[in-house]
Amino acid sequence: MLDILEKYNILEAFWMTIRLTFFSAIGALVIGTVLAIMRVSPVAVLRRLGAFYVNIVRNTPLTLIMFFSLAGVGIVLEVSLVDPSSPTSLRDNAIRWAIVALAVYHAAFVCEAIRSGFNTVPLGQAEAARSIGLTFGQSLREVILPQAFRGAIAPLGSVLIALTKNTTVASVIGVAEASALMKVIIENETASVAVFLVFALGFVILTLPVGVFFTSLSRRLAVKR
Amino acid sequence: MDDVNPDTAAPSDRTPDPPRDPMVVIDGVNKHFGDLHVLRDINLTVGKGEVVVVLGPSGSGKSTLCRAINRLETIESGTISIDGTALPEEGKPLAQLRADVGMVFQSFNLFAHKTIRDNVTLGPMKVRKKSKSDADQQATDLLKRVGVEAQADKYPAQLSGGQQQRVAIARSLAMGPKVMLFDEPTSALDPEMVNEVLDVMVGLAKEGMTMIVVTHEMGFARKAADRVVFMADGQIVEVGTPQEFFTHPKSERAKDFLGKILTH
Repeated sequence: MLDILEKYNILEAFWMTIRLTFFSAIGALVIGTVLAIMRVSPVAVLRRLGAFYVNIVRNTPLTLIMFFSLAGVGIVLEVSLVDPSSPTSLRDNAIRWAIVALAVYHAAFVCEAIRSGFNTVPLGQAEAARSIGLTFGQSLREVILPQAFRGAIAPLGSVLIALTKNTTVASVIGVAEASALMKVIIENETASVAVFLVFALGFVILTLPVGVFFTSLSRRLAVKR
Repeated sequence: MDDVNPDTAAPSDRTPDPPRDPMVVIDGVNKHFGDLHVLRDINLTVGKGEVVVVLGPSGSGKSTLCRAINRLETIESGTISIDGTALPEEGKPLAQLRADVGMVFQSFNLFAHKTIRDNVTLGPMKVRKKSKSDADQQATDLLKRVGVEAQADKYPAQLSGGQQQRVAIARSLAMGPKVMLFDEPTSALDPEMVNEVLDVMVGLAKEGMTMIVVTHEMGFARKAADRVVFMADGQIVEVGTPQEFFTHPKSERAKDFLGKILTH
C-alpha cells in the first residue's frame, strides 16, 4: 500500500478536489443568491424565471450537466474558457467547465437554502426597512439578506458538503481530481479495500470540519429574536 | 362645532375639521381583503401638528388605514397625499416619501441583527446620506431623549418590550419625519411598560409632531389627542374632540364600544 501512495500523488488529486470545491462554491453562492433574490422579488417574471431555473437544474443529474457543459457547450458550440494556444488548454478547459457545471448545479440548492433563510426573517423587518425610506435594494442588502444568510448557514453547510463530494463527478470529463486518481489506482494496481479507504478518509477529512464549522457558525451568528 | 372660536379654544376642545393646513389628506379610500370591505370610502384630513387618535374595535380597519398612509397596504380607490404629495407607486419616489413618514409598529420590528445604535443610524446614513459621526451623534441624542442611551450597544432581543418600542420611536425620529404613524404601539407590551412608551409619545405630541395613533389607550387619547376618530366595520363612524367623544358619543356604535371598554 505504501508503495502505491509513493507512486501516485494523492495529495495533488485532493488539491484539485479542493480547488474545484472552492471556485464552484463561490460561483454557486453568487448565482444562488441572485436566484434567491429573483424568487422573492416583487416582479412576477423574475420569480418565474428563478423557479424555472431551480426546477430544471435541480432535477437534472449532475453527470448530464457536466457532460453538457464540456461536450455540448465547450466542444460542439466551441465555447472555450481558456486560451486554446496554451499547452495545457485541454486540461484547463475541462477544469473550468467542471467548475461552471458544479456552480450552476449547486446554485439551485444554494438558492433554496437562502430562500428558506428568507422565511426565517419576519415580514415586519421588511416593513420597518421600507418605512424608514430604504429602497427595495437597500432593504435587501441592509436588513433582509444579512438575516436570511444567518438563517441559511446550516443548510448552506450541507450544500457545501454535498458540493465537495460531487466534485468527483468532474472525473467524467477527465478532470484529475481525487476519485479519478482512485479509479486509475484501482485500474493499474489493486482494487483493495485499503485504496478505497484512503480516498474515503480524504473526503471525510475535507468535509467533517466543514460541517463542524458551519454548525458552530450558525449557532454563533443566529439572529436572536 | 361651528361656534368654536379657534383663537380662544383650549387645545382639548379644538376641532380643526377640516384643518386649514393639511398634512395628511385621505380622500375616498376603499380597500378589500377578499370579500371583506376593510376600508369603506374613508375621508380624513389631518392638519400639521395635529394629533389624531384612531379608536375602534378589532377588525374595524384602523390598522389597515394607518398602514395605508405609507403604502404598506395598497388601496383600491381614492387618494392619500402627504404634505401635498400623492402617494406614488412602488419605487424610489415612494421610498423618499416614506422617509418623511415615521412608522411605529405593534411588534417594534427593530432590525434584529443590528445594535440599537445601528438601528437608529441606518436610515440617516443610507437614506439621508449623513456621515457616520453625524448619525452616531444624532442617535446618541435621540436614545437619550427616549431614555435608552445605556443600551446603545446591545441587540434588540436583549431589551425589554418597552425599551424596544422607545428605540423604534427614536429610529423613526432620526429621519426627521413630517408625520408619525403609530400602529397599536403599546398593544404588545406588558402593562408596566405601557406608560414609558406613552410618555415619550405625549412628549412628541406636546412638541407639535403631527401624529396618527391607532391605539386602545383611552388615557392617551384623552391626554394628547386633538381629535378622536372612531372606526367600525371599515367606516369612520364618528370624529370629535376627546372631550366630546368620551362624554357624549353621538353614534350607537361608539356608545356600545365605550360601554364595553370603560366599565373596567
